[in-house]
Amino acid sequence: MKTDRYTLLLTERIIKRLLQGAALVTVFTTLFIIGTLIFETYNFFREIPLVNFLFDTEWTPLFDNKKYGILTLLSGTFLTTFFAIVIAVPLGLSIAIYLNEYTNKRIRNILKPTLELLAAVPSVVYGFFALTVVTPFLQRFIPALSTFNSLSAGIVMGIMIIPFISSLSEDALSAVPSSLREAAYGMGATRFQTVFKVTVPAANSGIIVSIILAISRAVGETMIVAIAAGQQPRLTLNPLVPVETITAYIVQVSMGDVPHNSMEYRTIFAAGITLFIFTFILNNISFYLRKKFKERYE
Amino acid sequence: MNNQKKNRLIDKAFSVWGFTSSLLGLIALAIFIGDILNTGLSRLSWEFITSLPSRFPNRAGIYTALLGSAWILVLTTLIAFPIGVMAGIYLEEFQKKSRFANLMEINLSNLAGVPSIIYGLLGLELFVRAYHLGPSIVAGSLTLALLILPIIIVTTREALRAVPQSIKDASYSLGATKLQTIWYHCLPISIGGIFTGVILAISRAVGEAAPLIVVGALAYVPFAPKSPFDSFSVLPIQIFNWISRPQSGFTVNAAAGIIVLLLLTFVMNGLAIYLRYKWQKKVKL
Repeated sequence: MKTDRYTLLLTERIIKRLLQGAALVTVFTTLFIIGTLIFETYNFFREIPLVNFLFDTEWTPLFDNKKYGILTLLSGTFLTTFFAIVIAVPLGLSIAIYLNEYTNKRIRNILKPTLELLAAVPSVVYGFFALTVVTPFLQRFIPALSTFNSLSAGIVMGIMIIPFISSLSEDALSAVPSSLREAAYGMGATRFQTVFKVTVPAANSGIIVSIILAISRAVGETMIVAIAAGQQPRLTLNPLVPVETITAYIVQVSMGDVPHNSMEYRTIFAAGITLFIFTFILNNISFYLRKKFKERYE
Repeated sequence: MNNQKKNRLIDKAFSVWGFTSSLLGLIALAIFIGDILNTGLSRLSWEFITSLPSRFPNRAGIYTALLGSAWILVLTTLIAFPIGVMAGIYLEEFQKKSRFANLMEINLSNLAGVPSIIYGLLGLELFVRAYHLGPSIVAGSLTLALLILPIIIVTTREALRAVPQSIKDASYSLGATKLQTIWYHCLPISIGGIFTGVILAISRAVGEAAPLIVVGALAYVPFAPKSPFDSFSVLPIQIFNWISRPQSGFTVNAAAGIIVLLLLTFVMNGLAIYLRYKWQKKVKL
């Protein structure tokens, strides 16, 4: 009986190591991501000065006259992200507040999973939507709108990320202790007053987290912009003309046959690390805020 | 109008606005699905599903792309499911509080936020080049497995956390070891929640195009892949390819392909929601 217990515990220790190994896969994934990006970007910057990368106003690595100004791609990413956030934040927050403070449980249980369908639709599908439905529709009111533009791509991306904001904000709102809410009602406040004077301020860091994560998501979104925003790098803030985002550029290069060790090959890693740095900063801010928020109410 | 009446009116107005917002996104989705069905449904036929890709829109089909998606789905699941659940068990049940543990948490939340296309760059450099797997199904599956790993880990942990402490205590008090408790009690209770997460993760993988494009999946594959080392296309990439072409015949094809893709994702999501619903009922006991 005693030896049985012994072998049992030994097996347990081995299995525990196996489980630990599985957990370590995530660590290696991060290390490899950072490693590959830095390695190929290093090769890139051995030939292209950092100053050119940061301050050139053109991005033309695929042409004869090669220029590597990342700002060009960043302006495309900025435009599409901006419109996505302008759409998603007011709608997502209103939905979160409505679901949490105005409806009963039954309606919430139907609406919440249905809304999450919006995030489940593949982004290729949204790209098709932007190109074939939204752009022609907008062209009726804005004749100057090109077939490819950051406006429709951004709007459609905004619809896609509504559930990110509504879901996470709703969680934050429902984590606010009901004693705070009841105190406001006890003073004769309406639901609207309670929400905007008590609940939302109390949940603000949770709401900010949801917005930051949505921005991070929009910055990294690929297929919608590759399909609907165009593939013409252009340093502009005009939402009506074709642009190219960082992600769309990576797709454009990958669709062609790019030889390994060529300059074109390295540009996608230089573009990739720029994207990675942005999302990395956003994700870490949100992680830090979320932790603070948890400490406050738990 | 006195102050009280005004406040009540604002309150009512916001209630209406909240309801409208909830519907707005769904209405957009409905319009879109209506448009897709209108454009693509007539093109959808058994022939469309079993035809190879072609230069002529009315002869082209999604056979190779669908097979590619099936390969990717199975292989990605086989890789990501065991590793993800094992990692989730370790992080939730075994990891003690330490600085390293804190780093693991930061790392996990970061990985979940890395854009999918970055995973593509990782797969290109690591699996396609360094391991010489080429732009193959295996390379694509490994890449997507890494992409969905954080989702599986997070949902596994949430499901395990929902297991009541009283059940674990009862098991320990009968002399069960930690792993016995996990295997015979925690996992059977949380398996519904774990499956929900895994299905949602796989549904995400099936809809992904960007990382696979970077890994080197092709837009035009004139033959059905026979082994995991063959080159491949998937449904979302085939759709992307058709959208990018100017002829209107291909737009119709893209719409028909989207119907198939949406059907796949909606069935998987429906299954996941159903499982979650059943599981939540069970855990509340």
